[in-house]
Amino acid sequence: MKATGNAIKYGDNIDTDVIIPARYLNTTDPKELASHCMEDIDKEFAKNVQAGDVMVGGKNFGCGSSREHAPIAIKESGISCVIAATFARIFYRNAINIGLPIVECPEASEKISAGDKVSVDFDTGLITNLTKNETYQGEPFPPFIQGIISAGGLMNAIKAGKL
Amino acid sequence: MGMTMTQKILASHAGLDQVSAGQLIRAKVDLVLGNDITSPVAIVEFEKAGLESVFDKDKIALVMDHFTPNKDIKAAEQCKTVREFAKKYQITNFFDVGKVGVEHALLPEMGLVKPGDLIIGADSHTCTYGALGAFSTGVGSTDMAAGMATGLCWLKVPTAMRFVLKGKLKEWVSGKDVILQIIGMIGVDGALYQSMEFTGEGLSSLTMEDRLCMANMAIEAGAKNGVFEYDEKTKQFAKEHNCAPWTIYKADDDAEYTATYEIDLSAIEPTVSLPHLPENAKPVSDVGEITIDQAVIGSCTNGRIEDLRAAAKIFEGRQVHDGVRCIVIPATQKIMLQAMEEGLVKTFIDAGCAVSTPTCGPCLGGHMGILAKGERAVATTNRNFVGRMGHTGSEVYLASPAVAAASAIAGKLVTPESVLGGKA
Ligand code: SF4
Repeated sequence: MKATGNAIKYGDNIDTDVIIPARYLNTTDPKELASHCMEDIDKEFAKNVQAGDVMVGGKNFGCGSSREHAPIAIKESGISCVIAATFARIFYRNAINIGLPIVECPEASEKISAGDKVSVDFDTGLITNLTKNETYQGEPFPPFIQGIISAGGLMNAIKAGKL
Repeated sequence: MGMTMTQKILASHAGLDQVSAGQLIRAKVDLVLGNDITSPVAIVEFEKAGLESVFDKDKIALVMDHFTPNKDIKAAEQCKTVREFAKKYQITNFFDVGKVGVEHALLPEMGLVKPGDLIIGADSHTCTYGALGAFSTGVGSTDMAAGMATGLCWLKVPTAMRFVLKGKLKEWVSGKDVILQIIGMIGVDGALYQSMEFTGEGLSSLTMEDRLCMANMAIEAGAKNGVFEYDEKTKQFAKEHNCAPWTIYKADDDAEYTATYEIDLSAIEPTVSLPHLPENAKPVSDVGEITIDQAVIGSCTNGRIEDLRAAAKIFEGRQVHDGVRCIVIPATQKIMLQAMEEGLVKTFIDAGCAVSTPTCGPCLGGHMGILAKGERAVATTNRNFVGRMGHTGSEVYLASPAVAAASAIAGKLVTPESVLGGKA
């Protein structure tokens, strides 16, 4: 599986309170959540994001509250993949469980600039920066997790009796 | 190779003799928790998958604590979804307004979590129950849905950091000050993917409230879980709360840790974490002149009876500063009642505080004390992220109940001593 899109870049410790502020947690509607995604640090995000764009963060991306509304809002906004130096663990498992592709790669997190066109291969973890003509090797998922993703998320894996 | 406390609990729940760091396991859970924000998402997933039964109606806890008593129509509808689900599947431990408390104060109080358990909860502060020597960790709503259906959870076995506590806390210093100091020392991702294991002779002087508060904030260092070694106090707590029979897991002598820190409890000062990360910890005496508009005493971190007693001692015979709104939120109905019986509620009201029914309320910027642009609050909660208690231009300073109470009286951040000594 592959994704290609333009990079939208943020810094370290992007917490789930800024990804989707608690004041919007009175709904489970993905569209409504997406319309407020990132608004406390980037008012333009929801307006400017294009389907396929790649979100790039620094270390500890997705820290804080366990709200699954955060990866849901990012996925629904059209982001095809999140790359970060490291992910906070609950965000990491939530993304896997709902089928939002994520890749951990400190080098890519550092070298990709906002607006760069990047392509990500989820099977190998290889990230290609088409603008800068560079490649970075990210951490591919272990087989157990690839199984969850290929089933289309945790609930599908359970339903299909794969777990 | 030896195993840590966490690894032992995980191995036994996965039906294995041995696990090692990095291994992916599927483990049996003793309890699955959700609240009024995360459960509706889990219920959508549960129903979308066409599931028709829960693994054990006694091992699921649904706690309506965040936006309750319902703050608006949408919050009311979310609670309704959960209420109907609870009814349909006859969930034993469904807690609604009138019985509810902030989840991580409520479950230990009800004896629903016990030493040696494996608990998952769709709430990041589920790590609180590590205070009892359990493995407990926050997960997402899909994990919760899967847990409710199967009684199982996938987990990666973590490495661990060890914190060896020695000495005794000074007067007016609590577990909150210790954990803020530790997060200040290792950073908000200092324990990422790891366990924080607390041990050492200093443990015996920490109350269960201190431990619950410290384990609660393990997530603020990025940890998967925080866990305290089982001792006499754990045993006493489990007995007093009528826990079902439990198992004790101790780390092996040759268990491996990625780091060991010695913490001298007697050297810890009243501490505050400045905006906008819990790692910005400083002794209160070093922060200079920081005036405040609001003080919040409550939450799953510090809304327990011992927290209220500490605050009340400081408010006794004193007044909340003009221009400060002080909101006190006992974390459960039982704590509320106890605070009334002990006269603490009267002390708070006499001092000019607002006392609320149990709710998460302002902790997550939900309701009951939202901040306007430019306002500052001192809070006994656990997060001071941008916009956490209201406007993105507001600020939250994290502190203990004693520091929050003293600061409410002084109108600025101060140590408890400075108010008690009349120096303010
Ligand atoms: S009190 Fe705050 S941190 Fe605790 S469960 Fe409620 S919202 Fe979360």
